[in-house]
Amino acid sequence: MTKRLFMKGNEALAMAAIEAGCRYYFGYPITPQSDIPEYMARELPRLGGEFVQAESEVASINMLLGASATGARAMTSSSSPGISLKQEGISYMAGAELPGVIVNICRSGPGLGGIDASQADYFQAVKGGGHGGYHIIVLAPSSVQEMYDLTMLAFDLSDLYRIPAMILGDSVVGQMKESFVPHPRPLRDLPPKEWVVRGREKGEQRVVKSLYLGDGELEAHNWKLHARYAELKEKEVRREEFMLDDAELIVTAFGSAARIARSAVMAARDKGLKVGLLRPITLFPFPEKAFRAATQRCRKVLAIELNAGQMVEDVRLSVARDAEVFFYGRPPGAGSLPTPEELLVQIEKYC
Amino acid sequence: MKQVFQKPVSLKDVQTHFCPGCHHGTYHRLVAEAMDEFGVQGRTIGVASVGCSVFLYSYFDIDVVEAPHGRAPAVATGVKRARPDAFVFTYQGDGDLAAIGTAEIIHAANRGEDITVIFVNNTTYGMTGGQMAPTTLVGQRTSTSPFGRNAAKDGSPIRMAELLSQLEGVAFSARVAVNNPRNLMDAKKQIRKAFRYQAEGKGFSFIEALSSCPTNWGMDPLAANARVGTEMCGYFPLGVFKDTANFHAG
Amino acid sequence: MARIEIDESRCKGCGLCTLACSRKLIVMGSTINRQGYVSALMTSREQCTGCALCAEMCPDVAIAVYK
Repeated sequence: MTKRLFMKGNEALAMAAIEAGCRYYFGYPITPQSDIPEYMARELPRLGGEFVQAESEVASINMLLGASATGARAMTSSSSPGISLKQEGISYMAGAELPGVIVNICRSGPGLGGIDASQADYFQAVKGGGHGGYHIIVLAPSSVQEMYDLTMLAFDLSDLYRIPAMILGDSVVGQMKESFVPHPRPLRDLPPKEWVVRGREKGEQRVVKSLYLGDGELEAHNWKLHARYAELKEKEVRREEFMLDDAELIVTAFGSAARIARSAVMAARDKGLKVGLLRPITLFPFPEKAFRAATQRCRKVLAIELNAGQMVEDVRLSVARDAEVFFYGRPPGAGSLPTPEELLVQIEKYC
Repeated sequence: MKQVFQKPVSLKDVQTHFCPGCHHGTYHRLVAEAMDEFGVQGRTIGVASVGCSVFLYSYFDIDVVEAPHGRAPAVATGVKRARPDAFVFTYQGDGDLAAIGTAEIIHAANRGEDITVIFVNNTTYGMTGGQMAPTTLVGQRTSTSPFGRNAAKDGSPIRMAELLSQLEGVAFSARVAVNNPRNLMDAKKQIRKAFRYQAEGKGFSFIEALSSCPTNWGMDPLAANARVGTEMCGYFPLGVFKDTANFHAG
Repeated sequence: MARIEIDESRCKGCGLCTLACSRKLIVMGSTINRQGYVSALMTSREQCTGCALCAEMCPDVAIAVYK
């Protein structure tokens, strides 16, 4: 598996899921992610897996919940409005400590919005989009290679921490064809799933649930979940730093916006401007420490997003005390993708 | 003397939270008896719903997954697809199955998922305090139909057993009651049959179980039990609406 | 020869067993159990046929039947 392939991001993601051992997929058609269910419908049956086109996003997330409760690696995918419908199930999975991978190839909203690239679901993804005060793992690929790599990682992290994991992309990384090198599932020590339902003949009764009514039970359960989020922040943060060492302005962006921002940073360097890029790869856990460290020296940050300002809030919370944080972004919509030249103009404002 | 009637093995030896006279306890026992009879307790994965039926795992000695309100058939689909060797059943109330979970039950049934669904119809939302359910009878007063259910505004109660029997994917659909010994013995037979469908891989089986809810009906247990026969059975006729396997011929 | 045993502590006093007994051998008692319910009582052991319908009707599995 070292051959270079040329495929759509969505297909690379589906391929990675199968390589990661995912044999159960539950979904519902919605643009711009339908390549994923189509790929799974084609490939899973001959691998002994199951593809179910559910009646709704609500049903598909609950099918994922059921399959995951048996210990199987399973996935669902959708796009923004569909992800809104899944929030109930995601909250239940978070509460029941169930792993599972959820893919959001975002559309632009609110409401039916449009199908263009958007990062307007950042808040929903990283702040716990459903009820009850929880987090899920959120990974933001910015290339087809990362659609493959991070999907595989999502399954491992989700199993390791018993927290649902989301791939947050958009039509740029989902629909774009790019070359990438697939790789086999890396060996990783994962704890045995001693919590799965499997039938009493195998031992003591097991229950997968999120209802805790006993005195103090729910509080203890919440503290356990939050300790795990803290552990994620400690151990699983991933980010990319590009030309940061001597930077006098840090540009930050994630996913597809980071691709354009990177071109703008390189154009700025060509002009002799000392600009670097800090790209969060894990949006939850957010690279707080990386921002704090980088802004000890460089006091200016420009956050660029395909929305009206969401990740910038986490950047402001993370930077050193007197760092200045600027924002450039656009509400999503057709023709709203900024060009590197447009971003360069923004960069020059702060240099 | 030999003990001829005892608690089924699949049922835990605990006191339930159900109100006096509520038929949930009876249905729990009948389901546990069927589990014992088919010897499936050890490989059963139950799917609990939201409402009075949520504590399935406290009463059945089986592995259980708790589903969000109405989603048990979708959760059961995921469980059964990933573990086709498991015996999977859902146990849902009428608010859960016939209101918020209508899409999930209809499509799981239509796909012919190889699961068993026990649907307890007591014409009200029990756990939340007796509000109007999709099965509340016309004219019945509840806390959200204080003047009685009005068919013109609220619609008429849904007959789920008949409705589901129209779907190609449904192999078995029956409505039962336990308000007297005769109905109870028939309920026992139909629940066993529903389990046999799954035990033999013959497809989706559905039991609508009429139940009293003395507390929320504002009746004593005997009056509530009587209402099942006098009012409910008239609108919700007992019987088998679909039975495709023809076990006796084999 | 048959007999039933009503688990008085488990009984919730609903009375459904009294409906089931064709010989009307079960009545509601007068003592309150630890749950606060008046539990059912077997009146005449000699006449019990062990049909078990009372146990079948009991929602709380509070009746054991011996035959």
